[in-house]
Amino acid sequence: MKQSGIRSVILASSVGTLIEWYDFFIFGMLSSAISVQFFPKKDPTAALLSTLAIFAAGFIVRPFGALVFGRLGDLIGRKYTFLVTLILMGGSTFLIGLVPGYGSIGIWAPIIVLILRLLQGLAVGGEYGGAATYVAEHAPVGKRGFYTSWIQATSTIGLLVALGVIMLVKFNMPDADFSSEWGGWRYPFWLSILLVIVSIYIRLKMHESPLFSKMKSEGKTSVNPLKESFSHKGNFKMVLLALFGAVMGQGVVWYTSQFYAQAFLEAKCHVEFEQSRTIMLWAIAFGTPFFIFFGWLSDKIGRKWIMMTGMLLGVLLFRPIFGTFLNDSDSVNWISKYNKVSGSELERSDYKFSFLTQGKIDTVWTNDSIRVTSTRISFPENEAVTLVKTTQVNPATLAIVKESTAFSNKHLSSSLYWKFIGLVFIMIIFATMVYGPMAAFLVELFPTKIRYTSMSLPYHIGNGVFGGLVPFISLLLSTTFPEVWLAGLWYPIGVAALCFIIGTVYLKNKIEKI
Amino acid sequence: MEFKISKIQNYYMNTLKKYLGSIWLVLGPAFIFFLVRGAVLNIDPNQTKEIHNPVVWIIIITIFTPIAIGLMIFGWYALKGEYDQLPESSAEVKD
Repeated sequence: MKQSGIRSVILASSVGTLIEWYDFFIFGMLSSAISVQFFPKKDPTAALLSTLAIFAAGFIVRPFGALVFGRLGDLIGRKYTFLVTLILMGGSTFLIGLVPGYGSIGIWAPIIVLILRLLQGLAVGGEYGGAATYVAEHAPVGKRGFYTSWIQATSTIGLLVALGVIMLVKFNMPDADFSSEWGGWRYPFWLSILLVIVSIYIRLKMHESPLFSKMKSEGKTSVNPLKESFSHKGNFKMVLLALFGAVMGQGVVWYTSQFYAQAFLEAKCHVEFEQSRTIMLWAIAFGTPFFIFFGWLSDKIGRKWIMMTGMLLGVLLFRPIFGTFLNDSDSVNWISKYNKVSGSELERSDYKFSFLTQGKIDTVWTNDSIRVTSTRISFPENEAVTLVKTTQVNPATLAIVKESTAFSNKHLSSSLYWKFIGLVFIMIIFATMVYGPMAAFLVELFPTKIRYTSMSLPYHIGNGVFGGLVPFISLLLSTTFPEVWLAGLWYPIGVAALCFIIGTVYLKNKIEKI
Repeated sequence: MEFKISKIQNYYMNTLKKYLGSIWLVLGPAFIFFLVRGAVLNIDPNQTKEIHNPVVWIIIITIFTPIAIGLMIFGWYALKGEYDQLPESSAEVKD
């Protein structure tokens, strides 16, 4: 195949996959606006539908989509199947942006959004296997790792684009306009339709994969891909090996580096919204080329050891890195530093008071009066933190029931900000090591006629289920062991360690030359 | 000589694969046990966090149980020596 031809193949596949990831991520990133508009917590049915929209779409429907579209891809071809997944994904996303809020159409709003979200999950489940297979089957001998790594990079670029578009919209309008029923939070959904039209146009001009076309013309395509993939021992044992020896470790390393890191910076380190998001943006932007580098390198030295090294580095360094986030963003140290500089205790008169009455805070549902006082305290080197004092008063006796002090919206100094970018970047490198060669590795594990089906399922279980559960299981561990600040990391570290052992012992370090 | 060393290495590697297989076989049910235990300890309809939500636990146990069974099957295959010799290329994978 000519160089320009393979470039078109990569472009057509990557752009579509990028859009699919963009669509999938904006729902998660805009979840607070979405939950207010479609899933109000005061309605228990809407709250239940919200849970289903988040959990069922990610964990049940994605692997199911892998089976449905994988089977189609092995029966009728890669090109048309991943065209269908793209239309399904883009259409669902665009329509989510058009659904009126709960305030306008009541319970129909969450029901429609849930259905569209499930369609999104189904489409994501079918897209990746198709794109990876399509590119791999066009790639010249010995260059599968390099060419398929572009597909790998799109998942991260999709996240980058989603973050960028949301921030662009959010910073160009007041918060009230952004969060209103037909406000700015809908724009990223509407933008999707433009991206999808362009991508469909590009993909329609592409031809079917040469390996699939040859197999079809020879009448050697699979009659029942699901049966051949999962009920024949020779292939099924490779599906299990792919899942437990590679993809489940990749899933947790990727999610921890890209998603858990951001949640940790915001929830545990209280870094302010803009800084936490831009830390991720910079780190991802610097790290993304390494997907291509490690894909290319895997063509030279094999896939196995690059992926295993990435996993091992995650196992060994996640705790020190997250520990540094926690230590360096410690407000107690900041306050003592402030006291040293000012030479006096913080005075009550320094605080700007604001009174929030009952019912204006989402989480307060008691009859108690709540008074929150907050102030922005600035430190040398451009550091700042908001000190929040909360006083709970019994309305009958007016006696103080509880007082608490917390810190939020930390603004990091420039040096600390760049240090955090560097640390997230290091974790993104781990993710690129395990993820960059993954598509080539999976493609080479299964025969052409059942490749789409066989590789899609372990990928979406490893990535969607093991990776997608990182926030939930980390929350579970943090709640179970509240005194251990880094308890949430035991899950990704444990899964990555298990996968590292299985992969190291059972996998072969091969590069397929056919 | 080189052939002999490689044969000895293969022997020890295959023995290790089999021994580890028995661990994977046990880990599958252990995962299911810990998930069910986690559900019993944490489900609380009066609280609002996700980990107290029964629907979330039902979804997770439903999706994780087949995966845990998969790990058991993987362990069983390893124990039976199915992974002693892997195919050299995807075309060699038997249906």
